Amino acid sequence: MAAVTAPIAELDKVVFRWSARDAACLDIERFALSPGERVFLHGPSGSGKSTLLGLLGGVLVQERGSVRVLGQSLEKLGAASRDRFRADHVGFIFQQFNLIPYLSAIENVMLPCRFSARRARLSADAARLMSRLDLDPSLHHRLAMQLSVGQQQRVAAARALIGRPELVIADEPTSSLDAERQRIFLDLLLHQCAEADATLLFVSHDHRLAGAFDREVALASINRAYERREAA
Amino acid sequence: MSHWLLLAAKSAWNRRLTLGLTVLAVALSVVLLLGVERVRSDAREGFTQSVSGTDLIVGARTSAVQLMLYTVFRIGEATNNMRWDAYQELARHPLIAWTIPLSLGDSHRGFPVLGTTPGYFEHFRYGDSRPLAFAAGKPFAELFDAVLGAQVAEALGYRMGDRIVLSHGIGGIGLPEHADKPFVVSGILQRTGTPVDRTVHVSLAAIQAIHLDWQGGAPVPGFSIPAQYVRKFDLTPKEITAALIGLHSRAAVFKMQRYIDDYKGEPLMAVLPGVALDELWRVVGVAENTLLAVSGMVVLVGLTGLVAVVLAGLNERRREIAVLRAVGASPRGIFLLLTTEGLLVTALGCVLGILLLLALTVAAAPLAQSRYGVALHPRVISLAELRLLALVIAVGVLASLIPGYRAYRLSLADGLAPRL
Repeated sequence: MAAVTAPIAELDKVVFRWSARDAACLDIERFALSPGERVFLHGPSGSGKSTLLGLLGGVLVQERGSVRVLGQSLEKLGAASRDRFRADHVGFIFQQFNLIPYLSAIENVMLPCRFSARRARLSADAARLMSRLDLDPSLHHRLAMQLSVGQQQRVAAARALIGRPELVIADEPTSSLDAERQRIFLDLLLHQCAEADATLLFVSHDHRLAGAFDREVALASINRAYERREAA
Repeated sequence: MSHWLLLAAKSAWNRRLTLGLTVLAVALSVVLLLGVERVRSDAREGFTQSVSGTDLIVGARTSAVQLMLYTVFRIGEATNNMRWDAYQELARHPLIAWTIPLSLGDSHRGFPVLGTTPGYFEHFRYGDSRPLAFAAGKPFAELFDAVLGAQVAEALGYRMGDRIVLSHGIGGIGLPEHADKPFVVSGILQRTGTPVDRTVHVSLAAIQAIHLDWQGGAPVPGFSIPAQYVRKFDLTPKEITAALIGLHSRAAVFKMQRYIDDYKGEPLMAVLPGVALDELWRVVGVAENTLLAVSGMVVLVGLTGLVAVVLAGLNERRREIAVLRAVGASPRGIFLLLTTEGLLVTALGCVLGILLLLALTVAAAPLAQSRYGVALHPRVISLAELRLLALVIAVGVLASLIPGYRAYRLSLADGLAPRL
């Protein structure tokens, strides 16, 4: 086999269950993201989406198998190291309520830099990043709760991107936007991820968006636990 | 650490109304706690300062505390008097250096009237053996002269030469007046910070004179002796309320006490002011400790409110906590955030409480002085109070561990996606 670049993130024979008495809610043979790849992960609710993101973020730890990000097996790290690892290398964007309401837009963007010296070091001008995400300078010092939903999502994107984390995970970031804004947001996000050389894992239940990505994966089909549940 | 403090402060500011009320609740409980402590220490100091240099207080048999209360603090009334003969005999005892007879029972517009001798101004001591000093005038020389305590003069606006009328009995309104025999202000004393300030001093003879035509607490109907004729009568008192005694040597105090307690002429008792004070503190101490315990409970109530408010806000903040987790916060950080908030609220409450109490003592000092004779000293904080506050803050931090721990558990369970 030809030498391939090591994946940015990969799951290997991963089984996760919430407690010993529960059935497994995630059972994935293999799932990997290559550097710079932009992957659309289609995940209806109940397919184990939150669990997968929790594992990649090092907030949850699987029962069996290995979750590697940047070659580091997360399960081998202690809880505090996993938190630091997430702060250093992963940016998250959620569906909504992404921001700390009582902080200004720019304070929200800078938040990861408070938890990660690496990202603080690598963060160029936050205001410029925000402007590139179509956030007018007049908005930068407004409190997060005073921004529109679309503005909030762009602030969240800037926060996920600041300090050049290698992996950006977006969980339904566009589902609270109308069709027009969805397209604009997606374009900005894809463009900025490319600029930052970040690998993007974009989770959504909306198939229409899949066309803009390098690859589409259906979580329901790689999660054997979900298949078993559906079959039962 | 510093960014947690900043986050906690900004988060708290965002919820300033609810947290502000919580700060106020903590502040008020601190005011109560420190206020009780302050009134207690100031009252004790005031009492201790009220008499000095007196070796024994002599009066008809009663309890030591009671004798002390009405002779020195003008609180309550004597049930029995001592005969003048007995007093005279005591005063001649070789161990005794000086005596001050005290005759109580009348008042002037709420202030107690004390019948005594000019020796009072010579021998009486307060504080650190300080003698009484005149702000104006001199001891009473004429029969109907009166010497006012500083506060009597100030509160009623009296000056030298003013005429005042005494009332029969103590306290209350509608007391019968000795209107036919007015007194003239002959002297005003300097402020002492003791019950002397609230006292109207007249001579024993004057007390006798105004009661010549009285019987059983009321003027004898159809019989009155005009002021100008009273000097024709024998104005030697028949009884006095009590007497203060100074000895040549303090060493003889127990010997003298025994002599008085065993006095054959009539049942008398002698108490050492210090011993009586100690006994008083033992009695009052129960009430003080109860009050302190109650204010301690109020502080606990305030801090419980704090925990309730922070816990109630926690549910709304689960998304906020998830966001912090996503950007790299550890569950320990979340714990710190919530605990810091409790600490901030407690500390702010303490500071606000101190300021409120300062304002309150400044505002209430004149009233406390005039109504209760307690000199409140406005001050920011004392060492003992600082210790109490440290305790409050420690309990506040302990209480804040509850929301902190709850947030810690929630952040572990929720991860990046709060299940709301």
